[in-house]
Amino acid sequence: MATKTEFKNPVVRWVDDRLPVFTYLDHEYNQFPMPRNLNYWWNFGALASVVLILMILTGIMLAMQYTPHVDYAFESVERIMRDVNYGWLLRYLHMNGASMFFIVVYIHMFRGLYYGSYHAPRELLWMLGVVIVLLMMATAFMGYVLPWGQMSFWGATVITNLFSAIPWVGDVIVTWLWGGFSVDNPTLNRFYALHYLLPFVIFAVVALHVIAVHITGSNNPKGIDVQVPRDTVTFHPYFTAKDSVGLVAFLLFFSAVVFFAPNVFGEPDNYIKANPLQTPPHIVPEWYFLPFYAILRAVPDNFIGGWVTGWMGVTFVSAKLAGVIAMFGSIAVLFLLPWLDRSKVRSARYRPVHNAFFWVFLVDCFVLGWVGANPAEGMFIWIGRVATAWYFVHFLIIIPLVSMIETPRPVPASISEPVLKEKA
Amino acid sequence: MRRLRSIAVVLAMFAAGATGVWAAGEKIEIPDRDWSWNGPLGSFDRAELQRGLQVYTEVCASCHSLRLLAYRNLAALGYGEEEIKAYAANYEVEDGPNDQGEMFLRAAIPSDRFVPPFANEQAARAANNGAYPPDLSLMTKARKNGANYVFALLTGYQDEPPEGFQLMDGMYYNKVFPGHQIAMAPPLFEDGVEYADGTEATVERMAADTTAFLAWAAEPELEDRKSMGIWVLSVLAILFVMTVAVKRQVWSDVH
Ligand code: HEC
Ligand code: HEM
Repeated sequence: MATKTEFKNPVVRWVDDRLPVFTYLDHEYNQFPMPRNLNYWWNFGALASVVLILMILTGIMLAMQYTPHVDYAFESVERIMRDVNYGWLLRYLHMNGASMFFIVVYIHMFRGLYYGSYHAPRELLWMLGVVIVLLMMATAFMGYVLPWGQMSFWGATVITNLFSAIPWVGDVIVTWLWGGFSVDNPTLNRFYALHYLLPFVIFAVVALHVIAVHITGSNNPKGIDVQVPRDTVTFHPYFTAKDSVGLVAFLLFFSAVVFFAPNVFGEPDNYIKANPLQTPPHIVPEWYFLPFYAILRAVPDNFIGGWVTGWMGVTFVSAKLAGVIAMFGSIAVLFLLPWLDRSKVRSARYRPVHNAFFWVFLVDCFVLGWVGANPAEGMFIWIGRVATAWYFVHFLIIIPLVSMIETPRPVPASISEPVLKEKA
Repeated sequence: MRRLRSIAVVLAMFAAGATGVWAAGEKIEIPDRDWSWNGPLGSFDRAELQRGLQVYTEVCASCHSLRLLAYRNLAALGYGEEEIKAYAANYEVEDGPNDQGEMFLRAAIPSDRFVPPFANEQAARAANNGAYPPDLSLMTKARKNGANYVFALLTGYQDEPPEGFQLMDGMYYNKVFPGHQIAMAPPLFEDGVEYADGTEATVERMAADTTAFLAWAAEPELEDRKSMGIWVLSVLAILFVMTVAVKRQVWSDVH
């Protein structure tokens, strides 16, 4: 922010001399240089911010009508649906907004994976993103408990029980999480408190994420650095115009779901009030957790557990704990990715082998999601294990190995070069 | 590369599509019906809802509650204030305490919720051989393929279970109920109700009418939602064309 912008409006100038917010906005959103070759996959960051704000606004309005008590929560959500003016709209926006948030953020992440946006100098930017997705998972998980339906209750029971796998202190931790000896009113109350809090923490991390991207500038489909001014265009009007197209297209999709299929992403069981005495035949988490759920259940009973037990005669790592470690590990590897991929070339466009494995990995994630949606029996056990193994092989072996032995195709000399060449 | 990418897409679609197929151990066929409220422009048929209310009132209400509905909501079926008052007055609710500190019974009024047939779950079970007739307010949302399932359930009874099927005492064979043994006796019989509008009361007609009524009870906002949706999508479609035009204009000097 070396140069200050001169503003004509005296009030704006008065404020800006004392607190240069307008200069900041002008620099970061008006004149900010963006690579000129960004495609529509670069819309998803802006979309995610819009969804976050929408979630916070609809959430606050829901909170004004919602009652966090096991006897009233389910009815209070139905009261919102039936008796509050446009309550059904608020609730369906919030409920489907969570699904939209994950769709948008997952696409945003795969975009980063494909074009190598995690490479230097954007490692911290990428890691902040991983922190955001972790916080989103915690927030969405606790939000899903609030309507106190059957899946709310049993999902919360299954997931909180995972912590009991921690050696020695597991049971104590679970009792502490629950605030009692089962998922009950204290659990609902604290989940509500945290569900209200965490979105604001996400907001703060998003702010850091955005500051970081404004330091390094955006990556681009070619994965090469901006070199000359000709490589860039200003954020406004070029990307305000392009992001608007993406935003309206996204809102079309979002509205189609909210108004015409508001329960497609949901489980019918969550329209049955929670009943601690009746386990649903088939407990499944929300779709956005399915791949992780598959990883959780993939670890065989006697894998690390049996192995360590046989070797030392003591069980340190039960199958359950191994599953929990694998599940958290599947996110943890994302933190390491900037150092696992040693390629000098960022974009998969110029890395044919890496590119091929990217698509295999994408399919692997869908397969994991599919396995997660099905009971852990028969062929699903094996498909789940293979897909889980591949997930880790991809990050821990394929990516480092390919990055070291692959010869990338020649990278264009600059962002604007081929564009200008076509013209000539 | 192209080929790999299309393989990826096909596999992903396969994964998504197959989810439904393997999800349930035994696949029970539930035929789709052409409900009036299906589709983006669908709406409820008021006459059908009124007949459905009649079947609910005369048949189902002796076992099933409808807790989330208030009598005043019946205005949406086309009933007037007096009709609703008269309907509500057929039921009694406990109110109070009065000046003497005593609870008392009074006739229900439009602002009351539908009065449940049993005081509590235990009473309901005691009257139903230990089985609990679930609340029907959200039934069509609380089952997969909701309305089609409820209709199939109501019309899916079979007097004789298939050969070799062990039917427990007090249970009835139903083609679509999971496990095929249901504790609810077949609730609908030919001419079980005498429709106020003179419609012939076949089992199929009554089942369809009740299902329609329950679909409305579960989603009373459905018509508002769909008509608002048409409006929102139209505005967004226009906005979309406009933003695309603006974007082209803005970027025209870049390429
Ligand atoms: C004699 C009492 C009785 C009457 C009358 C009755 N039901 Fe039921 N109903 C039950 C019982 C008991 C169950 C629980 C069955 C079970 O769990 O095996 C049940 C279950 C149901 C279910 C849930 C099935 C499921 O998938 O769990 C639906 C839907 C239903 N009834 C609809 C109706 C409708 C509609 C009517 C009126 C046409 C009706 N019932 C009339 C006693 C009754
Ligand atoms: C990161 C942003 C957020 C996410 C991902 C999220 C996610 C969710 C989810 C998945 C549900 C369950 C919806 C359902 O099935 O009914 C929910 C419910 C709820 N959320 Fe949020 N939420 C977010 C922000 C907020 C905020 C900021 C508030 C309050 C200030 C809030 C308040 C509520 C309330 C009151 C409910 C219960 C009502 C209901 O179930 O519809 N949420 N949230």
